[in-house]
Amino acid sequence: MKLLRIGDLDRCIGCYSCMLACARLVFKSHSILKTAIRVRTRGGLQSKWGVDVCRGCPDAPCAEVCTEGALAPRRGGGVIFKKGKCTRCDACLEACVLRVIYTDDEGYPILCIQCGNCARFCPQEVLRVEEAQGV
Amino acid sequence: MFNGSYPRVLEIDLEKNNFTVSDRRDLRPLIGGVGTASRLLLENAAWDKDPLEPVQPVIFAIGPLSGVFPLATKTAAVFRSPLTGEWGESYAGMRSAMSLRFAGYDAVVIKGKAVRPTYLRIDRDGVTFRDARGLWGLDTEETGRLLREFEPGRGYRSTWRIGPAGENLVRFAGVNVDTFRHFGRLGLGAVFGSKNLKAVVVHGAKTYPISDPKTYNAAYEAVYRRVVETPFLAKYHQVGTGENVLWLNSLGSLPTMNLQSGRFEAAAAISGESFGEASLTRILACAGCPVGCIHVGLYRKPHPEGSGYISTYLAYDYELIYALGPMLGLDNTGKVYAVLEVVEALGLDVISTGVILAWATEALKRGIVTEAETLTPLKFGQEKGYVAAVNHLASPPNKFYENIGKGLTYAAPLYGGENFALTLGGHEMAGYHTGYGCLVGHSVGARHSHLCNGGCFYDQNYGKSFKDEDLVGYLLSQEVRRNVLNSLVVCLFGRAVYEPDLIATALSSIGMPVSPDEVEAAGEEIFKLKWQAKTHFGYSLDRIHIPRRYFETPSGSGLLQPERFQNLLSLYRKRLSEKLGAAL
Repeated sequence: MKLLRIGDLDRCIGCYSCMLACARLVFKSHSILKTAIRVRTRGGLQSKWGVDVCRGCPDAPCAEVCTEGALAPRRGGGVIFKKGKCTRCDACLEACVLRVIYTDDEGYPILCIQCGNCARFCPQEVLRVEEAQGV
Repeated sequence: MFNGSYPRVLEIDLEKNNFTVSDRRDLRPLIGGVGTASRLLLENAAWDKDPLEPVQPVIFAIGPLSGVFPLATKTAAVFRSPLTGEWGESYAGMRSAMSLRFAGYDAVVIKGKAVRPTYLRIDRDGVTFRDARGLWGLDTEETGRLLREFEPGRGYRSTWRIGPAGENLVRFAGVNVDTFRHFGRLGLGAVFGSKNLKAVVVHGAKTYPISDPKTYNAAYEAVYRRVVETPFLAKYHQVGTGENVLWLNSLGSLPTMNLQSGRFEAAAAISGESFGEASLTRILACAGCPVGCIHVGLYRKPHPEGSGYISTYLAYDYELIYALGPMLGLDNTGKVYAVLEVVEALGLDVISTGVILAWATEALKRGIVTEAETLTPLKFGQEKGYVAAVNHLASPPNKFYENIGKGLTYAAPLYGGENFALTLGGHEMAGYHTGYGCLVGHSVGARHSHLCNGGCFYDQNYGKSFKDEDLVGYLLSQEVRRNVLNSLVVCLFGRAVYEPDLIATALSSIGMPVSPDEVEAAGEEIFKLKWQAKTHFGYSLDRIHIPRRYFETPSGSGLLQPERFQNLLSLYRKRLSEKLGAAL
């Protein structure tokens, strides 16, 4: 199983191509908010970019708290999301350690499914998908 | 998104503090961007009133591809220019277009004058009018910082603001956008100032469903792959447009020290390559552009107390290097940065600033102006005087700076220095003394910029040997073609990618079915609309005057002859009359 990995952030140009790819291909939307990956300036005293996205926790704390069976740990890290079972309770949002689950206008979670589309549209090879370790 | 009410026009009245939103689908044949804006200007402009009268509109417009296709990153601004008195048109990128798209507006018309300094927040719910009294007088950087703190939306908002130059109605003040981008040239900043409008913050948080994902995704990917794979675009990312310094210098086309020469001895020291080596810290992109051409450098300056350094970040590109480097004889990156820092903070257009100060330097040397007027010694190569002069330009302390703050077309005749005042069509020249294409292109182009019709690019390929017919044909067809690109609105760096077929594919994939012929027809129609507006503003080919300096200093295509220029102009007039179906 492959997992999204973040490489050399010093090459990031802040073009948002990854965010647009996620919105377009996963969430079928024209948007810069309906995306599970977010590029932001870092804040603090460094003028660098940061990428907020699921890092594929092997034991998926978000799935751990889902009582409806909408989220299940994915082999190799990350989760599988079954929207039909989601009751929009927000428990996963609170459980996400990296705080990279958001909600859309209807209250459904916006979360990464480790599809790798964002990496396919990264012009600087900052994002890439790699074979998960130990699977 | 486009099945509904595209284009959606937001009209804001600063006098009455209200706004309306209207559905203008009748404007669709003009595509969007400069097409939409040209029509809206014709509907709203006051032909007989000064550009700085409250009644004059400022129009911003994006196009159908904005925010949803690669390189569609620019917002068009159209207004009556306080610098030339006629057609004002300017573009800015970064997050401007994306924010407007996702705020839900395709065009914004701003009219009237606020009773006190005001800034606007534009979002999906409309417009909020906010008190800007404490912001008035602050520079562009501090204003930007405060607005970012006041208005939420980090990463999906865009902040457009003026500095003291705009507030003081300097006729070539610009509007700074986000970090390091601008609505430059032709004085939009002064128009903001005349309206008591300090800033506009656009907050883009809307989401739209994709109507036909399969077709759209395929079209997007086709454009994206062409953009990232074309070597033509890679150069903008790596060295950046600063690469032009050495190239134009080698041709003898690099205007130097008020165009006393087309070559600069210190070109290598201020080339894009040197800026990169000495200072490049980061390369940035506008939102939705996988190229990334914004080169940010570290400017280290001596600590004012005498030992060590303090530092800041500034962006560099060809135009500003030309205007502050060769034009002012500044022969290292530190000197260019020193002047750039104040130009950026005070909110001036960098090209006009450089050209005007170059004129003032020569005028001082010739004794037609005095140091009692310039208040500081101006000498080519010496940055300290220029830093002081830029401060004076933004906040004029005397009549001399008031005068040159109105541009050289106004100021030079007052002192008798017209022959070496480097304006074309009333506008301070861009950095290309390449040949006839540059001279004719600037003079007849809608906004008198090198970007109107690419004449200076024609020169670089054919300038030494061409037929007059061919150059005139090129200028006319390029102006039409660029109208199309500016209606979408895609960055002109993407002109090789966005060919008519691909444009039609892209538009059709988002629910705007058009043929390549209809795309071309829109470019022609916009061309006519602009001419109509220019004529109303009083522009005439009869009044074109080329300062003698252009014929004295050899260009990259050799020494230019006034007679051949006149022939080209006559031919242009003939072709233009045929095109417009009217005698000119």
